[in-house]
Amino acid sequence: MYSKIMVPVDLTHADRLTKSLEVAAKLAQTFGAEIVYVGVTSALPGSIAHTPDEYRGKLEAFAKEQGEANGLTASGHMMVGHDVAVEIDHELIKAVDETGADLVVMASHIPNITDYVWPSNGGRVAGHAKCSVMIVRS
Amino acid sequence: MSDNKNENDTSTDMEEMGIPAPEGAADIIDTEYEIGQDNIDGQLGPFGFDIHNPVFLISGLCIVAFVFYTLALPEQAGSAFSWLFSTVTEGFDWFFIGAGNLFVLFCLLLIVTPLGSVRLGGADATPDYTYLGWFAMLFAAGMGIGLMFYGVSEPMSHFSSSMGGVSMGENGMRSDWAPLGGAEGDSDAATRLGMAATIFHWGLHPWAIYAVVALALALFSYNKGLPLTIRSAFYPILGDRVWGWWGHIIDTLAVFATLFGLATSLGFGATQANAGLNELFGIPINDTVEVLLISGITAVALVSVLRGLDGGVKILSEINMGLAFLLLLFVLIAGPTIAILTGFLDYLVAYIEYLPALSNPVGREDVNFMQGWTSFYWAWWISWSPFVGMFIARVSRGRSVREFIICVLLIPSLVCVLWMSVFGGVAIEQVVREGYTAAQDADLPIQLFKMLDNLPLAGITSLIGIVLVIVFFVTSSDSGSLVIDTITAGGKVDAPVPQRVFWCLFEGAVAIVLLLSAGGLSSLQSMVISTGLPFTIVLLLMCWAIWRGLAAERREL
Repeated sequence: MYSKIMVPVDLTHADRLTKSLEVAAKLAQTFGAEIVYVGVTSALPGSIAHTPDEYRGKLEAFAKEQGEANGLTASGHMMVGHDVAVEIDHELIKAVDETGADLVVMASHIPNITDYVWPSNGGRVAGHAKCSVMIVRS
Repeated sequence: MSDNKNENDTSTDMEEMGIPAPEGAADIIDTEYEIGQDNIDGQLGPFGFDIHNPVFLISGLCIVAFVFYTLALPEQAGSAFSWLFSTVTEGFDWFFIGAGNLFVLFCLLLIVTPLGSVRLGGADATPDYTYLGWFAMLFAAGMGIGLMFYGVSEPMSHFSSSMGGVSMGENGMRSDWAPLGGAEGDSDAATRLGMAATIFHWGLHPWAIYAVVALALALFSYNKGLPLTIRSAFYPILGDRVWGWWGHIIDTLAVFATLFGLATSLGFGATQANAGLNELFGIPINDTVEVLLISGITAVALVSVLRGLDGGVKILSEINMGLAFLLLLFVLIAGPTIAILTGFLDYLVAYIEYLPALSNPVGREDVNFMQGWTSFYWAWWISWSPFVGMFIARVSRGRSVREFIICVLLIPSLVCVLWMSVFGGVAIEQVVREGYTAAQDADLPIQLFKMLDNLPLAGITSLIGIVLVIVFFVTSSDSGSLVIDTITAGGKVDAPVPQRVFWCLFEGAVAIVLLLSAGGLSSLQSMVISTGLPFTIVLLLMCWAIWRGLAAERREL
């Protein structure tokens, strides 16, 4: 049904992603799909990496580890933005096209009052991506 | 110093093992510090936050305390501010002016030495923005409102005071405000002196100050891998101590300087927009209108903040550059075109001619001009420098140091000369040739509109003038929030957006409170001056850090 599943990951808060990672892995195993983990970073040094290349390394290591743990074909795909805090949805939607994914599985918080002003990243991606999007509530 | 040579020549093998490599040769500084390690990360009601402890709290609390003080004891605060203003500008004028000269020389030196070939972001980095987008953002952040406010009024002020010539006060000091020796009664000489003095304040010196800060930040973040915050530039001097209290003090100072510098500009912007609206539509000039203007414009800035760097500031900056260029072109064509164009060259020559005398830090007789104008400007530019510098750094990745200095120092200086020659030149021509003195006699904020009044289509051009002031206002407030947020988040550029919103609102609030306080704009100016002083020392040390950082980078090539 699906052949490539895209999973956006925030390496800073990887511990909060357990549920969506599990869901994505189960789906991939069921459909025999491959997984691509997408991370968005800026060119500036951040808490995860000092340079985009360092970030790419960490993202690939993360993908490899996840792939081996679940017996899946997994890869990492890095997006570099100028102003990540604001542009992340835009970058993720672009990543859907770049990776050719046909399903996005992503974590999102339970909507609260601020979602009227700032829709969650998951909400934005679901609203604009061309493929199916599955939002996993934390 | 614990510089660690990065094994970039084996980068292809290393990358497969998941070990980082910068883009081409670079000299990453190896430090134990992890960006965000001192941050508090949490949730306040529905809003997430991620702030640096203690920089956020100290700077936030101090600013709140300061605002309450000016509200609770307006008279005492007012007199304290004017004391501060005169002490700093009169006592340290030589220091500001001397330091300003050093910054210009330092930048020019970087262009000609081999250090200029170092590339920001690693040897193989490519620029993030096109020249057009980059220049637009440099201008909007760097001078924006100031160019609108002083474009007519400053050349006019210097021209008038020069015409008045030298007069002595009772204490044997000069009581006139003329630059250097003035040019009593000689309108040609007064024009040249007035334009030279204006260009001096808006040309090389301010841009050299910005370039130093921007270069330091870009170098230590993009090439050395340190967080994008002012303290990083001090790593070569302080080592790992920059992550402790030394660094907290430097960053807190930077937040103060940015916030008060921004509030001053917002104050100027509000008074000028109000003056323009009064001129055009007869809207009264009072505190209520100015408060409404600041609130309304802050609201627009919020939208821009929420749209981010590319969707907000960049687009607005480009719109503004287009509008400013149109206005410039219009004034040039509608005014005495030939006279202005020959004037441009003449004023440039006058600038070079008077530069040594104007930039001389000691033994000056024109104390009023030197302290009230030059010294104030230098302090103002310096207090703006963390803000403009960080913003410039943010958009300058991928440029070589030489390209960077030429584009940040020389080109903006030339454009400022052109701007001042056109706006100031037309206004002075109106006085000298046509005897139209409305602009000369008007208050500072309104002089621009009075000058436009005497040209055709005054209604349209004045409206464009007001729009420009307002949009420059928005870009300053927006990029300022971005910068303060980054500093108070310990150099994290991806902190939650509500934080930026907080700073954007906070800036507007501080501008309103200080505008309403007893001293009005002058209390804002005093704060700018007093944060500018300690920051001058910070900047001087930065030059040395840049030199060492670039030298280390060059050894990698």
